Amino acid sequence: MRNQLATELLFSLSQPGRRGALYPAADVPVKPLEELIPKSALATEPTGLPEVTESDVIRHFVNLSTLNMCVDTHFYPLGSCTMKYNPKRHERLASLPGIVDLHPYQNPSDLQGMFELLYETQEMLAEISGLPAVSLQPAAGAQGEFTALLTAKAYFEDRGEKRTKVLFPNSAHGTNPASAAIAGFDCVQLASSKAGLVDLEDLKAHLDDQTAVFMVTNPNTLGLFEKDIKQIAQMVHDAGGLVYIDGANMNAILGITRPGDFGGDMMHYNVHKTFTGPHGAGGPGSGPIAVRDFLAEFLPGPVIKRNETASADEDRYVLEMPAKSIGRVRTFYGNIGILVRGYLYLRTLGAKGLKAVSENAVLNANYLKAILKDVLPVPNGDLCMHEFVASASKIKSQNGITAMDIAKRLLDFGFHAPTVYFPLVVPEAIMVEPTETESKETLDAFAEALRTILKEDPAFLHLAPHSTNICRPDEVVAARNPILQCCEPQ
Amino acid sequence: MDQSNLKFTKTHEWVSVEGEIATVGITDFAVNQLTDLVFIELPQVGSTCEAGKVFGEVESVKAVSDLYSPVSGEITEVNEALVDDQSPLSDDPFGKGWITKVKISNASELEQFMNADDYHKFCESEAH
Repeated sequence: MRNQLATELLFSLSQPGRRGALYPAADVPVKPLEELIPKSALATEPTGLPEVTESDVIRHFVNLSTLNMCVDTHFYPLGSCTMKYNPKRHERLASLPGIVDLHPYQNPSDLQGMFELLYETQEMLAEISGLPAVSLQPAAGAQGEFTALLTAKAYFEDRGEKRTKVLFPNSAHGTNPASAAIAGFDCVQLASSKAGLVDLEDLKAHLDDQTAVFMVTNPNTLGLFEKDIKQIAQMVHDAGGLVYIDGANMNAILGITRPGDFGGDMMHYNVHKTFTGPHGAGGPGSGPIAVRDFLAEFLPGPVIKRNETASADEDRYVLEMPAKSIGRVRTFYGNIGILVRGYLYLRTLGAKGLKAVSENAVLNANYLKAILKDVLPVPNGDLCMHEFVASASKIKSQNGITAMDIAKRLLDFGFHAPTVYFPLVVPEAIMVEPTETESKETLDAFAEALRTILKEDPAFLHLAPHSTNICRPDEVVAARNPILQCCEPQ
Repeated sequence: MDQSNLKFTKTHEWVSVEGEIATVGITDFAVNQLTDLVFIELPQVGSTCEAGKVFGEVESVKAVSDLYSPVSGEITEVNEALVDDQSPLSDDPFGKGWITKVKISNASELEQFMNADDYHKFCESEAH
C-alpha cells in the first residue's frame, strides 16, 4: 500500500518543536547571536521551515521517489527525448574516485587521463558526425544550438557578411527559433510539405543573401528522414548560408549516415539522450557541437589537442583556445559527468554496436507503429525512423477522446506517457519513441494497453489517471490563476 | 454567428471591415486546436502592424502561438478585457473575442483572403 501520509508536504507534516537531532550542550563559551552577527543580517521572524524528524524526511522523500516514473521502473516512450536505458556499469565506472575526485583547477599535468578521455570523445563525435571539429563545452542541446549559431555569426562577421536570418521548418523543436532569437537572428518559419518534410518551394522562396543558417532536424520531429537533405543543403549553400543539423534524433542514424555527409555544416549532440546520460526533469545535459573545418577557429574553448611529438616530460594533451574563438560558453570543460558516460557508452558499443542501436531503435518504432496502425493512425510516412507521430484527431472527432486522455490513462497501465501535442503540425499528436532497449513483449504490452484504453468510456478517460497520487490537474486554472509560493500560507 | 461578412487567413485569423477600420480576431478552429487559452499578449494602441507579421501571441496549456496580422495599418483599439479573461476567445471568438481594431493603410491586402465557405474547406483539409 502506498504511504499517503508520508507524501504530504513537509510543511503539513511539521509539528512545533519536532526535530531530527538533539545537540549536546556546548563545551565552549556561549555568546548571544547579536554579538556574533550584525543586526542587519539577523532574521526578525522564524524562518517557517518545517519541523520534522529524520524518519519523517526519509519516508517523505523515499515515498515520493516511488511515485516517479523513470526508465528504471517503466517503459518510457517519450518522443523526441530518447529515454533509453542507462547502463548501470557506466554509472559505476563514472563514479570511480579517479574521475569524481578530480578538480578542474588541478594542474593540467595531473588531469592528463581526463583530457585523454575528453580528447577521444571529441574524436569519436567527429567521426560519428562527419564533421571534424568538436567543442564539448555546451551543457545541453539547446545551448549547443545557441553556441553553433554564435559560431556561425562569428564566421560571417569575419568574412564581412551581414546575414540576419535563421530559417527552420514549422516542425522544428521550439529550441531552434529560441536559440536563433537569443543569438540575435531574425527567425523565419517555413512550411512543411504534405508528406511532412521540408517544403522545398517554400525554402527556395525564403533563401537569400540575408540567410545565415537553415536549421533542420534529421530525421525530423515526425520521425521521417528528410530524403531531400542533400538538395536542401545545396540550396542553402548556393545562397551562401550554413546548414545546422539538430542532432536530437541522432539515435536513428548512428553509423548509418552522417550529418557531414548529407550536407550539414554544424550540429549538436544530446549526449544525455543518444549516449545514455541519465536524464529527465531537465537534466543534466550535455550538448557538444561538431562543425566543418572552416568553422573550427570560431568554436568556444578550450578544446583539447593531442601533442603527437610530446617528449616524456611534456603533457601529451593540452588545452587550446581556437584562434578566433567566441569564448567560453560554460565553466571549465563542459558537463564532464555526462561526457564520461557518453564516452563509456561509445567505447562499450563501438562502431558496430552503435549501428545496431539505430537499427533496433528504428525497428522497434516501426514494429509498434505497424501493430497500432488500425487504432492509432500515423498521418505522415509509411516507414518511420526511431519514432513516429500518430494522431488522435479522428478518435477525438468520433468520441471525444483526446491525445491528452490517452496519455494520462497510460499511466494507470504502468506506462510513461508518450509526448503529446508536439510537433504542432500534427493535430492531437502522440509522439512515440520506444528506443532500442525495449523488448517485443514490452512493445506488445504497450500496444495492448492502448487498444484497451481506446475501448474505454470517454467520460472515464477524461478524468484519468485514476491510480496516481495526483489525478488530473486542472492545467487551465493552474495557468490562469497560478498560486506561486514557497511556503505554506500562514 | 453569421460569418458571411468575415474574411479569413490561412493562419486562422478573421477580419471584418467597416469603412477604413478592420476588426481582427482568431477563429473557433484556431481556438479549438490550441485548446483553452490562458494568456494573451496584445500590441500597443497607436503602434503599427504589418500584414503577415506577428502582432501578438496567445498561449494555451499546449503551446504558445503567434498572432499574425492580416492587414497593415495602425492599431486603434485592443480588447484589453482579454488580458484578464481569455474565455471570450473560446466562447465568442467572432464577437466579444475580437482582438484588435486596425486603421487599414492598404485596402488591397484584403483581396487575398478566404470567405467563410472556403475557409471551412481549408480547415477540413488541415485537420486530416
